[in-house]
Amino acid sequence: MTQIPPDLMLSNAYQNWYRFSRNPTAMIGLVIVVLCVLAAILAPYITPFPDHVGAVTNFRARHLPPSGVNWFGTDNVGRDIFTRVIFGLRISLLLAVVVLGIAIPTGTILGMAAGYFGGWTEIVIMRITDVALAIPPLVMALAVAAVLSPDLLHSMLAIASLWWTWHTRMIYSITRQLRTQEFIEAAETLGASKFHILFREILPNCVSAIAVKTSLDCGFVILVGAALSFLGLGIQPPTPDLGTMVAQGASFLPDYWWESVLPGCAILFLALGFNLLGDGLRDLFDVEDVR
Amino acid sequence: MEFLSFLVKRVLWSVLVLVGLSMVIFVIARVVPGDPARMALGPRASPEQVATMQAELGLDRPLLQQYALFIEGLTRGDLGKSLLTERPVNDDIRETFAATFELVLCTMILAMGFGVPLGMIAAYWKDKWPDTAVRFFAIFAAVTPSFFLALLLQILAGYVLHLLPTTGRLPNALEFEASWTGLLLIDSLLAGRLDVFGEALRHLLLPSLSLAAATMGQMARLTRASMIDVSRQDYIEAARAFGIPEWLRVTKYMLRPSFVPPLTIMGLEFASLIGGAFVVEMVFAWPGMAAYGIRTILQKDLNAVMGVVMVSGVFFVLVNLTIDVLVGFVDPRVRIRGRR
Repeated sequence: MTQIPPDLMLSNAYQNWYRFSRNPTAMIGLVIVVLCVLAAILAPYITPFPDHVGAVTNFRARHLPPSGVNWFGTDNVGRDIFTRVIFGLRISLLLAVVVLGIAIPTGTILGMAAGYFGGWTEIVIMRITDVALAIPPLVMALAVAAVLSPDLLHSMLAIASLWWTWHTRMIYSITRQLRTQEFIEAAETLGASKFHILFREILPNCVSAIAVKTSLDCGFVILVGAALSFLGLGIQPPTPDLGTMVAQGASFLPDYWWESVLPGCAILFLALGFNLLGDGLRDLFDVEDVR
Repeated sequence: MEFLSFLVKRVLWSVLVLVGLSMVIFVIARVVPGDPARMALGPRASPEQVATMQAELGLDRPLLQQYALFIEGLTRGDLGKSLLTERPVNDDIRETFAATFELVLCTMILAMGFGVPLGMIAAYWKDKWPDTAVRFFAIFAAVTPSFFLALLLQILAGYVLHLLPTTGRLPNALEFEASWTGLLLIDSLLAGRLDVFGEALRHLLLPSLSLAAATMGQMARLTRASMIDVSRQDYIEAARAFGIPEWLRVTKYMLRPSFVPPLTIMGLEFASLIGGAFVVEMVFAWPGMAAYGIRTILQKDLNAVMGVVMVSGVFFVLVNLTIDVLVGFVDPRVRIRGRR
């Protein structure tokens, strides 16, 4: 962990960018992520058949192999797979944003509190973390789907309800190392409030680790979400979803391979982008503790 | 002696985690959904039917008492009755668990057996081509969805090359009752049926490979990082100065301490392995607990689902307990200082 005060970090922004842009894997990751996000946002304008998102059928054009017109071929009711893949990115990205939007703040605050206050706070928070770690997120999402009904919102909440544990553990171990550092003791001696110490002294030192973890986690959340929709517990058809498309195409394997292989490659591509980006950020910030 | 107190502490801790887990599951099962009895009977059931079922399930009692009943059932190993199969959930899980256990065990062996050596190779030739190749593999293994890898392997090895079977644990024609441990690989050997052993292994290969790939990559990455870390330590330098041969330095002095972080993370990653098993079992029609879980979820069979979640959690806790004890065994510093 390098400890750079935030104002110095900002003035080093250009230097960081320079180092980042000289790291080929990180740049590839960044390009993939930016490309996917842009494609997802602009989906209605850049896809050849935007109306194929819904329950359109065109049986004369079913099971067409990839061609100049249908880049990724067509599915069993004649819809353009390329269009549906691009729209499917939206669901994957939405899932990642919502899950991490809940998990990261929760995990960070709990981790800082456990690491800084110690005592009972630490015991209670870390034992709860241990319990939550014992349940696989996918299994939790399945259980919630059984109790409520299978849909995207429930899956997102179920995954988020467990995902914070990894962040808590990471922030906890960083905070524990920081707690005894001189600048924290100095702030305490000067009578700084607990709030100030947690959010102004400790948090800035966690930012780089959080950035790395967020990027890596985007990829992993997307994979869990894809697995859920592959099992039929994600967003319900006809809304295009990558995992669902792989599952539906699987029944036409191996003859109409493109119907499941190409959406599968799209998931892989998206997760790869976030992973490479996270790896690049890890090299840049020189943080080692992150999974 | 100190090892004993370390052991006792770890066991108590695990019990605590299990109690917490039972509370989480109880909350999901009894508090969130409203009325399990109505859910089980469907919307057209009469109020009398619902009331009878509520009494049968103990739902008319106060929550705390219900929790006590739930815990009492758990300690007796009683998970209630499955609405789908109309049999005790324990029996269902006992029958299906062996298949999942065999799959996961084989997966862990594959992940460790290939991941750790790959990491050693990468660390030894750091920044050379073997290192690049291993890192490349690790990244791709981590980002390939397990269901997608499973499908690809199925097409490639099953349909195109006709090398390996793509569904189930054994061919239908083969008569064999796994009656001792439930693990086909072990039972077939005990019974002296080498043909069954071979078939079971062939059936196991594709599912466990699809499940193992991500963890294998993770293991390689962690082993690499921690070997490089250890190689910078003074005592390795000292070993070199003393003229200890290189192979001995790498395999004994470096590997043993490097083994700890991958092993610990392996335990935590185990949760995602169980999650992955749900998907892989579906693709390969593997008759395991995860496949049972999915079937019961689609039928809203609450008792069965909670049983599956609880058993997954217990499995996770036991594996982590074992790994912690192993780590304490491999690295004496851990059992003195405590974990982490």
